[in-house]
Amino acid sequence: MAVKHWALKKSLWVYHVNTGACNNCDIEVLDLLTPRFDIERFGMILVGSPRHADVLAVTGTCTRQAMPRLQELYRQAAKPVVVLAIGSCAGAQGIFTEAYHMGSPVDETIRAVDPNAIIAYVPGCPPKPEAMIAAVVKAWDVIDTL
Amino acid sequence: MSVPAIILTYLAAAAGTLLLGLAAKWFDRKVTARVQYRKGPPWYQPVADVLKLLHKETLVPSTGRGAGFLIAPAIALGATALAAAMLWAPLFAHEGSFLGDLIVVIYLLVIPPLATILGASASGSPHAAVGASREMKLILAYELPFVLALLVGVIHSGWTLQLGKMAADQQGQAGATLYSISGVLAMIVAILAVQAKLGQVPFDLAEAECEIMSGVFVEYSGPPLALIYISRAMLLATLPLLLILVFWGGLKLTLTGVPAFLGKYLLLLTLVTLIRNTNPRLRIDQAVRFFWLGLTPLAVLAAVLALVGRYKGLSWL
Repeated sequence: MAVKHWALKKSLWVYHVNTGACNNCDIEVLDLLTPRFDIERFGMILVGSPRHADVLAVTGTCTRQAMPRLQELYRQAAKPVVVLAIGSCAGAQGIFTEAYHMGSPVDETIRAVDPNAIIAYVPGCPPKPEAMIAAVVKAWDVIDTL
Repeated sequence: MSVPAIILTYLAAAAGTLLLGLAAKWFDRKVTARVQYRKGPPWYQPVADVLKLLHKETLVPSTGRGAGFLIAPAIALGATALAAAMLWAPLFAHEGSFLGDLIVVIYLLVIPPLATILGASASGSPHAAVGASREMKLILAYELPFVLALLVGVIHSGWTLQLGKMAADQQGQAGATLYSISGVLAMIVAILAVQAKLGQVPFDLAEAECEIMSGVFVEYSGPPLALIYISRAMLLATLPLLLILVFWGGLKLTLTGVPAFLGKYLLLLTLVTLIRNTNPRLRIDQAVRFFWLGLTPLAVLAAVLALVGRYKGLSWL
């Protein structure tokens, strides 16, 4: 395991993107910072700028309005960057699949920019904070192969 | 000392400050976590952060000026390292300082915020521009009370501008500057100015994550961000040294002196962290008013008390 993989795994900085979520997933993302889960134990903190981010925590269905903005945010992030598609909506647009205002799902939107993007899915409506931590651990395995 | 020996000493001091700074950064985050009933990051967290940032991509915004944008963090790091080295020298050997090094240190400590303004302006981001304008106003606000507070230390040690002599004087008959009314007032002013110099809450309005997205640092990524991280960590380690040298008797290399120094150092670090954890962010007008109308008169009062004490022979004043 190279030093750079170890350092990246131990210091994932999260930028939180809402692409049209109902706010439930966002509340669960913020739960990760509370004393009960405290992801700073693993070196994860929320950052204010996508340039600083190692993880884009994407919640929401990715509407037509949000689609180009999500792609721009992905381009702005310094690579390597992991995308967490949090919630049923971000995974497969949930119950809104047929709706008129949908863009493409989060993974397709990101892959249109970077076909090799690292995307982890966290199903649930909303997913539990434990599930998000589990998704990060799965992303660690991918980071090792970089 | 010969010139190569001086250069080697300065390099060793800068490297030592780097390690100390990363430790101080961890201490800061751990104490913050404990205040919030969290467990907090492991001890190697700042090392992992820096190594990670060094291996990430460097992005230069298309609207920015690449050279100024990328050189600014290096300037900040260089100035901080030099200031740190100039503070370690008089701590370990009182003759390790030269006449007027206090003034040089004050100047060097202004360079990191100036470099931050340079880099933010060169990035071409409106968020960074807002942050840079706030940083400029903040420098104008805190520099005057900070220098006035240091002046109290200068008066107490008999108008010497040499850090080594100031420390030696406080270790002699006179006692530390802090153990007097003017010393306490000056220390309060200096700690709050240090808080602003470090860009810590309540004076973190140049960064303000939730308002202008890390403000001055919004466009930085990868290795330049690592340099910023390192220089800020080193600044966090350096400024308590300055306060101890000017107000609290420096370092006595004896069996009791070294633990006492460590205790003072940790106390100051904890104080800075606790102030940051118990205060909300001020608006820029509130911050400027606080420094100009609140702390500057306090610092002037401290200087006057120190002068009276000096010439009336009242060492407690």
